[in-house]
Amino acid sequence: MEKHYADSQTKGVSTGVSNLYPILLEYVSSKTINKLIQLHDQIFCCIAGSLADAQAITKAAKFHLSFHSVQMENPPLVMAAASVLKELCYKNKEELQAGFITAGWDRKKGPQVYVVSLGGMLISQPFTIAGSGSTFIYGYTDAKYKPNMTREECQQFAINALTLAMGRDNVSGGVVHLVVITEKGVEHVVVPGDKLPKFHDE
Amino acid sequence: NMLEESGPEWLSEEVKTGTTIIAIEYNGGVVLGSDSRVSAGASVVNRVMNKLSPLHDKIYCALSGSAADAQTIAEIVNYQLDVHSAEIGEDPQVRSAATLVKNISYKYKEELSAHLIVAGWDRREGGQVFATLNGLLTRQPFAVGGSGSSYVYGFVDAEYRKGMTKEECQKFVVNTLTLAMSRDGSSGGVAYIVSIDEHSTEEKVILGNKLPTFYDQ
Repeated sequence: MEKHYADSQTKGVSTGVSNLYPILLEYVSSKTINKLIQLHDQIFCCIAGSLADAQAITKAAKFHLSFHSVQMENPPLVMAAASVLKELCYKNKEELQAGFITAGWDRKKGPQVYVVSLGGMLISQPFTIAGSGSTFIYGYTDAKYKPNMTREECQQFAINALTLAMGRDNVSGGVVHLVVITEKGVEHVVVPGDKLPKFHDE
Repeated sequence: NMLEESGPEWLSEEVKTGTTIIAIEYNGGVVLGSDSRVSAGASVVNRVMNKLSPLHDKIYCALSGSAADAQTIAEIVNYQLDVHSAEIGEDPQVRSAATLVKNISYKYKEELSAHLIVAGWDRREGGQVFATLNGLLTRQPFAVGGSGSSYVYGFVDAEYRKGMTKEECQKFVVNTLTLAMSRDGSSGGVAYIVSIDEHSTEEKVILGNKLPTFYDQ
């Protein structure tokens, strides 16, 4: 279980993930697991829920998407990636327990964010949060989000939100991973624990 | 008889104050805030309930959890504080009120399911906020509670600063309640605010349409 956050703005999309501590009961099975999966050149997704289910789904989705993009002779739309994930989640909803945030850039609509929930609902949102830690920052993101932020504002918004969630959720923590996707390409930003902003209780 | 109707669901569901409650201290006093929704299952059985209950002139508590349990604790402590303050011949300390609440919450922790935040002003320590969740007693600069509080932990962590004025505290409380009420299904209605300082105890209601608005998707 971990906290995910993704938002979009007119020029690009940044996807952030914070938890590096998947937990088997009370055992930390790994301290370094990457929750930002690349589905295609400019489409990433963050996973929430059962890691095993999420990995299986994203593997299948990656394959479908690359096949699809060869057939279309064009990079896939972000909506297509989200749809592929949704089909898998919805058709197998009895067995699966995974949700996704899909974010990326395509030529048709520019930067977009989609969320596929546990049962297979797919909706597009300007920004979205998910994962166990997200409950703690609904209030913060509702208060602080404004449409049409710049890239730096978005990044700072994501880092702040993730930091606050990590401060309250016992299964989120460690390092903040950000992926910034724009028309030009993809950039991976890592913010280690000691460089995170400090709030009043520290 | 399986075919017989057992009446509407809300008659048999437990009545809870789903709730968002908050209390914050500032130099010279405290501000308490709560929403006004009381739910029984999926029904709202009271949309204008004041969950800020006086324990003494300058000590209030905020109720959350089971409505019956919370109200009963508040009534008992109100009585105990009256007796206590008559015995000592002066106004009781906030810590005393919080301790009385804690004693009940801890002793009956298996039977009760209510969380009260106690806040007020006394001559010795000024404004104080105490949390009594599950029978602990701890003093904090501010405390949030109830089902709606989970959604605003991030917001209060980010926005709280030491040394806020009374007006800033009141705004902080109203903003926090508004955000929680808009996300938590068990919180809603109007916002009740109580401000306590050396000179006065002021109760205020802010109606739903006068609450601040944030970006809504």
